[in-house]
Amino acid sequence: MLDSIFFYFFAGLAVVSAILMVTRRNAVHSAIFLVTALLATAGIFLQLHAEFLFIVQVILYVGGIMVLFVFVIMLVNLDVAVRQMRFNRMWVVGLLLTLALGAQVYMVYRYVRMGDAPSLFNMAPAPAAQLEPNTQLIGQALFSDPYVLPFELASILLLVSMIGAVVMAKRKV
Amino acid sequence: MLQNLIDFFRPHVWPLLFALVIVAVVPLLAGYIVLLERKVMADMQARLGPMRVGPHGLLQPIADAVKLLLKEDIIPESADKWIFWLAPLLSVTTAMLAMAVIPFGPFFQIADLNIGILFLLGVGSLGVYGIVLGGWASNSHYSLMGALRSSAQLVSYETAAGMAVVSALMFGGALSTRALVEAQSQSHMWFIFLAPVGFFLYLVASIAETNRAPFDLPEAESELVAGYMTEYSGFRWALYFLAEYANMIVVSSIATVLFLGGWLRPFPNTRALDFLDYVPMLLMLLVGVYSLYRAPKQPVAVQKMFMVGVAGLCFLLAIVLALPVFAPAGSLLASMKPGLHGAFWFLAKVATYLYVFLWLRFTFPRYRFDQLMALGWHFLIPVSIANVLGVGIALYLHRSADDGGKGWPLAAALVLTTAITLLLAGWLAKKSDLRERVPAGERF
Amino acid sequence: MSETIHSGFSNVETTVLGADELIINMGPQHPSTHGVLRVKLKLDGEKIVGSECIIGYLHRGVEKIAEHRSYQQFAPYVDRMDYVAAVSNGLGYCEAVEKLMAVEAPPRARVIRTILTELQRIASHLVWLGTHALDIGALTPIFYCFREREEILKIFEKYCGARLTTHAFRIGGLQYEAYDTLEHDVERFCKDFQHKVDEYETLLTENRIWVGRTKGIGVLTADEAIALGATGPVIRASGVEWDIRKAMPYAAYSDYEFDIPTRKNGDTYDRYMVRMEEMRQSARICLQAIQNIPAGPIMARIGKVLKPPAGEVYHAIEAPKGELGYYIVSDATTQPYRVRIRPPSLINLQAFDTMVRGHLVADVVAIIGTLDIVLGEVDR
Repeated sequence: MLDSIFFYFFAGLAVVSAILMVTRRNAVHSAIFLVTALLATAGIFLQLHAEFLFIVQVILYVGGIMVLFVFVIMLVNLDVAVRQMRFNRMWVVGLLLTLALGAQVYMVYRYVRMGDAPSLFNMAPAPAAQLEPNTQLIGQALFSDPYVLPFELASILLLVSMIGAVVMAKRKV
Repeated sequence: MLQNLIDFFRPHVWPLLFALVIVAVVPLLAGYIVLLERKVMADMQARLGPMRVGPHGLLQPIADAVKLLLKEDIIPESADKWIFWLAPLLSVTTAMLAMAVIPFGPFFQIADLNIGILFLLGVGSLGVYGIVLGGWASNSHYSLMGALRSSAQLVSYETAAGMAVVSALMFGGALSTRALVEAQSQSHMWFIFLAPVGFFLYLVASIAETNRAPFDLPEAESELVAGYMTEYSGFRWALYFLAEYANMIVVSSIATVLFLGGWLRPFPNTRALDFLDYVPMLLMLLVGVYSLYRAPKQPVAVQKMFMVGVAGLCFLLAIVLALPVFAPAGSLLASMKPGLHGAFWFLAKVATYLYVFLWLRFTFPRYRFDQLMALGWHFLIPVSIANVLGVGIALYLHRSADDGGKGWPLAAALVLTTAITLLLAGWLAKKSDLRERVPAGERF
Repeated sequence: MSETIHSGFSNVETTVLGADELIINMGPQHPSTHGVLRVKLKLDGEKIVGSECIIGYLHRGVEKIAEHRSYQQFAPYVDRMDYVAAVSNGLGYCEAVEKLMAVEAPPRARVIRTILTELQRIASHLVWLGTHALDIGALTPIFYCFREREEILKIFEKYCGARLTTHAFRIGGLQYEAYDTLEHDVERFCKDFQHKVDEYETLLTENRIWVGRTKGIGVLTADEAIALGATGPVIRASGVEWDIRKAMPYAAYSDYEFDIPTRKNGDTYDRYMVRMEEMRQSARICLQAIQNIPAGPIMARIGKVLKPPAGEVYHAIEAPKGELGYYIVSDATTQPYRVRIRPPSLINLQAFDTMVRGHLVADVVAIIGTLDIVLGEVDR
């Protein structure tokens, strides 16, 4: 029962934050609500016993990426941009996307409810409580056979993009 | 139904109690660390420090807190009220939240998360928001610049701090703070002896993390701006200050848990060095005797009585610490030994680390911002990467015995890799050293 | 499109400010401008591309007042110019008037004047060191420096009753005889001081952070220094060996052996080293002087009413901050016709713009500190 309470709390927080994020006029307020939405998602990860994912979400997403978002918002003068934006023209695309996503969510709900998912989808809940601690599992998986090569490649890709960003941003001295 | 409810809450009683104690004690403690800083500063500057408010200035933090509470709460007209209110709260909350996973003793920990260290790092990175939002909410160009600089500094040194922490984690083998202290107990020595480079890297990085001198340019008084705290006055400013000192306690505790053995005495689990168990009691006796010695030299009667009171307190503590050591093994008193002595050792280590913080603040001038960032990126991060590599290689060489090959003795492997890391560090340090090596006699 | 805006920057091409350029104002009330100095900086990002110092906030009309006071009455006013080194100001003025009147103070007076002036040099440099270190972030040296300075001020107080604005000297000599334990006090202080200054040096001289904050900052080459008229430790750190105590000796300086420290680079670190060494040399002069203070009168025979013959004189001394000059024109009355004071801080401050270009804002404080200016002298 406690699980349900926590789940509804985090899920509700995520939904409310998301709605508030897109409806604020002030960009920094939007950023703060995005932070709360991400923290709520991290809470849901924690509920699923994926504690490593939870903390990495906090450290990297909230503590790294969102900080950069906030830096950029604060350094760029947004008033002019906001006045130039027009929401009206985009509403058709927004509606189409919402319908597509809604259809997907309904599909997931129906298959879980009815229990007759095609073999493409594996809808069974993860046995979270029986798994080993998340950190060890992820560590072993990442550094052993199937995933070590993609992991290293991803690291090199990140390094290259970092160096590229530094080179592009550096002024000619 | 009632039984169900009681069973439901039972495991949460002790943690809640500990949490209450921490929330009640830490702000007071932070206030007294401010007083301690002023006294240590005065001592290094050949003067006395606060002496008026209470005997030897002991009520100074209370007076300051009362004054700040009574001050008018000013919010700049064009500031964003909501965020202006939120920012100091974020700083304080993240600082206090970090206390949840710190083991102050073998039985005193709110939550032993199995990702304890990562949790501390994550909460530390949340602390950046308090600064950035505070600077922005003041709606002043200079505050914003100060806040962005401060947070850029924090983020840069977080990387180095994290990698220094990793080098200790490799010996610990777990992320849980309690498990790390127990690993140090298993290996019969603190991790500072196994990963000394990591400790010094963490020391420097933690000073930069908490915006302390010599890395305090964003908050320096002699700069053009007073940083992100400029527009905050009264209790809001006190919250920021509290957050800074609580952060100092947190990073000291992390260093203590990771490198200095947490609640363990030096060389725990070594029968031959059991006489070290007498140290806490002897230390308190020493302090008590010194207080008694100084008592007649106090100029005012109140201060004389106060010194005698302090001496009495120290003797009492000495007795409390001595009882479990001298009590017969297996009795109730003896079973309190890990708890009492653990708390003593933990506090002593945190206090020493904090003293080093204070000491460095009053000895060194401050770094200019670009020099600060250069130090973080061009020196600390390469050395911390090399350190992680070095420790990893040392452990591999040592543990390759498990696979049937011959493993190196741990000490040999560590000495080799630490030496190489230190050579790299020396080379990097020399590159940016502007000092000329001129002997004193030939300067002119 | 470029239009010149009159923003007061006469020495910088001001066009419409570019995207990253901005003008910021420091002072006049600021913890680190050592007085009421206002500095306008033109920044390009973080770098300074132009600057302007606006002075006059402490102008008290001292030179105008001089025209309406008798020569002796004006003597206390000069103390208030460089209030950190009042004794030197008094020495310069008294010697200038003595030169105008063609009298010389008796030998005993000259030696005691030398001792007190050198002690004042040490005190002035101690104030400079404490505040300069404080600006750069070292919180401790200021207390040690002021503790040493306290000893010097005690000597001054015993001698003439005042610590700061001493009015220690009179035209023609001294008013007060040296008190009994003067030699003993000075000897004790100087011997102690030479050890202490080594101790204080260990805090800063070899410190990486200090060197990083001061080396290469505020460079003034020898040519620039001479062209700008800088004097004192500023020019000696740039490599020019010029000290009025050796070049045109006054008081009793020609009798004593001392070195003039010079360095080559002309940056903040060099000025720091030069002033540290000057403190040691001052202690050395004092120790030599007290060995042999000649007996005799302390005041020349010049009568109570001073009416110097008509004429003009320029007399300069090596004050702690640089060349302090007095240009006095007399019209044979009891009040001078014109007293023009050449303040070393004002002339040194002219070098500020040259020194600060290309540096970051955080260095401005270090550069103002290294020039060792006192606004009382700059503005008079």
